[in-house]
Amino acid sequence: MVSAVMSAAEPRAVRRRAWLTNANAWLLLLPAVVLLATFTHYPILATLYHSFFSLSRGGASEFVGLENYTYMLEDDVFWQVLRNNIVFAIATVPTSIALALLMAVWVDKKMAGRSFLRLAFFTPTVLPMIAVANIWLFFYTPNYGLLDQFLKSLGFAGHNWLGDPSTVMSCLAAMVVWKEAGFFMIFYLAALQTIPPELKEAAEVEGASRWYFFRRVTLPLLMPTTLFISINALINSFKLVDQLVIMTKGGPNNASSLLLYYIYEVAFTFQDTAFAATLTVTLIAILAAVALTKFVYLDRRIHYQ
Amino acid sequence: MRQQGHSVETIAAWALALLWLLPVAYSLWSAFHPSEYATRFDLTAPLTLDNFARAWNQAPFARYYLNTVTLVTMVLAGQLVVATLAAYAFARFRFFGRDVLFALVLVQLMIMPDVLIVENYRVISALSLLDTIPAIALPYIASAFGIFLLRQTFKSVPNELVEAARVEGASSFGVLWRVFVPLAKTTYIAFGLVSVSYHWNNFLWPLIVTNSVESRPLTVGLAVFGAPETGVDWSVITAATVMTMGPLLLAFLLFQRQFVQSFMRAGIR
Amino acid sequence: MKFKTKALLTAGLMTVASLSASVAQAVDLTMYYPVAVGGPVTKVIDDMVQRFQNENPDIKVEAVYAGNYTDTMTKAMTAMKGGQPPQLSVLFSTDLFTLMDEKAIVPIDEIPGADKEWLNSFYPAFMENGRAEGKTWSVPFQRSTIVLYYNKDAFKEAGLDPEKPPATWAEMVEVSKKLVKKDASGNVTRWGVEIPSTGYGYWMLQALAIQNGQKLMNEAGNQVSFNAPKTVEALQYWVDLAAKEGVMPKGAVEWGTLRTDFLEGKTAMMWHTTGNLTAVKEGAKFNFGVAMLPAKERRGSPTGGGNFYVFKSATPEQQQAAVKFIRWMTAPERAAEWSIKTGYVAVTPAAYETDVMKNYVKEFPQAVVARDQLEHAVAELSVHDNGRIYKIVNDAVQAAVTSTQTPQEALDSAQKQSERVLSRYK
Repeated sequence: MVSAVMSAAEPRAVRRRAWLTNANAWLLLLPAVVLLATFTHYPILATLYHSFFSLSRGGASEFVGLENYTYMLEDDVFWQVLRNNIVFAIATVPTSIALALLMAVWVDKKMAGRSFLRLAFFTPTVLPMIAVANIWLFFYTPNYGLLDQFLKSLGFAGHNWLGDPSTVMSCLAAMVVWKEAGFFMIFYLAALQTIPPELKEAAEVEGASRWYFFRRVTLPLLMPTTLFISINALINSFKLVDQLVIMTKGGPNNASSLLLYYIYEVAFTFQDTAFAATLTVTLIAILAAVALTKFVYLDRRIHYQ
Repeated sequence: MRQQGHSVETIAAWALALLWLLPVAYSLWSAFHPSEYATRFDLTAPLTLDNFARAWNQAPFARYYLNTVTLVTMVLAGQLVVATLAAYAFARFRFFGRDVLFALVLVQLMIMPDVLIVENYRVISALSLLDTIPAIALPYIASAFGIFLLRQTFKSVPNELVEAARVEGASSFGVLWRVFVPLAKTTYIAFGLVSVSYHWNNFLWPLIVTNSVESRPLTVGLAVFGAPETGVDWSVITAATVMTMGPLLLAFLLFQRQFVQSFMRAGIR
Repeated sequence: MKFKTKALLTAGLMTVASLSASVAQAVDLTMYYPVAVGGPVTKVIDDMVQRFQNENPDIKVEAVYAGNYTDTMTKAMTAMKGGQPPQLSVLFSTDLFTLMDEKAIVPIDEIPGADKEWLNSFYPAFMENGRAEGKTWSVPFQRSTIVLYYNKDAFKEAGLDPEKPPATWAEMVEVSKKLVKKDASGNVTRWGVEIPSTGYGYWMLQALAIQNGQKLMNEAGNQVSFNAPKTVEALQYWVDLAAKEGVMPKGAVEWGTLRTDFLEGKTAMMWHTTGNLTAVKEGAKFNFGVAMLPAKERRGSPTGGGNFYVFKSATPEQQQAAVKFIRWMTAPERAAEWSIKTGYVAVTPAAYETDVMKNYVKEFPQAVVARDQLEHAVAELSVHDNGRIYKIVNDAVQAAVTSTQTPQEALDSAQKQSERVLSRYK
């Protein structure tokens, strides 16, 4: 349309106006464009660029082609953190969504003390992950941690929750579900409030059970929200690593390490920024795939506006 | 029958809610009681502020508070200005490259600065800003989320209002300031609350770019303080934890409705 | 346009530089400092720094605490790459090769003020990790060995002689079995012994390997022997303490909370750094003893802890000021004071000849065990790309103690990964 406006047949005044509009708009956008380019677009491209170079210690960087990528594919730890991340996503995303839905349904009903319920469910959302990790670390501490004390009072043996590779992931996932479910509840709550009450009344007149109504009417109507939350939860599962710094440092034996944490470790502890860039490319690719699915596929089929 | 179903559900809901509050309740218990009660629950246990005093004396928490407050203020102020201008351009101007540019903005929704730590560190260091509060803030100042949210709001402003202001002789900036900004008040509040809670709680990036007490925010200060190697006892660590989350928790309890509605508004489009 | 900005900037910078040069005579030093054990270590350091500054008003030292050794090394390296290196730091003595490869540090013995006589006044065992290519690169400060802490009351309770801590591997198992206590339902309420497997797992493994007569690395720092039969045997012994003998909890034992375990009576013995001694002394509500680690083929412990390094990017004035500071910090009286306040080994024999130290040792003989162990001590594991290698060994240790892999599998994998990393340095 801009080119149409610019065509020579138009009078000069119109062209001048169009030019002014353009200048005006770009001026307004300048700060955002500069900042986004510096801290999002340039870093994405630079990551890709640096992944083809190797940085010898204290020396200059040299082009190595795909060597970093071969190294990555041969790196057992890389595969493990990738696997962990998938497990972590599978463990946290559906659980927190299911709980969030349950919470929202409860809070939406005229239940005794519903504002207290909403408060209780939502509170973890506003707490810093670092603080949460400190508290939960103590829950899981063997022997005198809260969980072990509780189990011991019931006569069970204590367990080294975070020190055992077979339990550490579940423990961290439980904590993340606790932290996130209330946040997702909010979205469901908003969606539930848009369902017209007449629907429900009609269903009750026809004698449909509450469960039937929920399954056949509420759930389908909530589908767009569910997808929206799933995407968000999925992305979160790739960028939530604060808890690892406090609770496990990715251990034992990388059993709880996640991709972003591994990147942090490689880049800043091992000072191997070239390999870290290569790992980051993988992470960006995953996030981009999620984003593309969302924009291209989901947005076309579902309208949540 | 139905009544009974309801009460079972009510009990279940309450049970879950209490379970959900347990970690917070526990941290308060342990922070306000002497350390020998950290793992023993006894209603007659004496209350004390001693743990807070010790945490406060063992690490420069006052400075951390100042840093965090400076940080969230700086981020929010920057975000509001940048996002308002950009959203106005996107919502009200037809210009060359608008759609491409908007798509480029949206890239940040998916690939947030949080994952670009390696390259952003290089950028910050090239700007010689390492170990400063602006270094923590800068990557977040242009918020795609904020731009997106405000653009939606600005688009819903009725044209008549704009025309009326134009007739009165307002410049395009005047229109923005006198028509759009006041009408987007709730969006600003919503975005503000979400942004403040995000940046109050943010950790990994500040951990990477800060070294000294002068720039460390609360979360990083807490992590350095609470590292088990320092061997501080649990009660003192929980006291520090409560101090870190306290202001936000308090604000949330006081303005619960606004918080929930803001998060709701910010999440739905 | 571009030129103008540049010129302006340069002019501005020059003004700032000349201003600061004329105003401040004082030399500013930033020092990164790692905190690896309990107790108010930062307070002790701050206090010593303050006193140094009072005596030397022309030097200002700012101590930056950034967590444990790994965190501090991360911070120092990151800051250096970001163009803001510290002028001096206390870092793992074993990070020497990494710091040399990064061209980060200068040899201390090339800085005026650091003479041979001074450098020879330290315990030779502590100097080992600081020497390479015929030069001395670092000066010991926060140094330790691993010692065995044991609960004398628990020994008495179990009918053991509280003055006779276990001296061999076999004895340790035997004693531990007697020390394990269970409640009515058969759950363990007190373990016999705990060896920490997080954080510094490589260090503990090295201790066991030394005792079994195995060295873990070569002098050049580019070869390791993690899957040597004797190393595997050492790890097997460690794993068996939990899996076979049932005297140690299964799974990873936390370095950070182990002291609390010991103080709360959850374990009767622990292996830990002597740097924890003063904190244990202050926290223990029971009688406790400190002993050298038990022997298999021989006694032994790696040395451990941090040395002072001076960074290359510091100006000559800063480097000299740094040496002045280091000399002050390691002088016999201060080394004695530091040792008393923390439990770390005082780094010079002269420190043990001071009156305060003599008096302290008289009342608290546990304080010299770690020093006496020095004659059996071996240089700590130190190779190129040290952080990475430590992580690989720590992972292997954790894989073994959590029974994810057998000691042989875990160490084979560690050896393979390490060789891959170290192949760059051959």
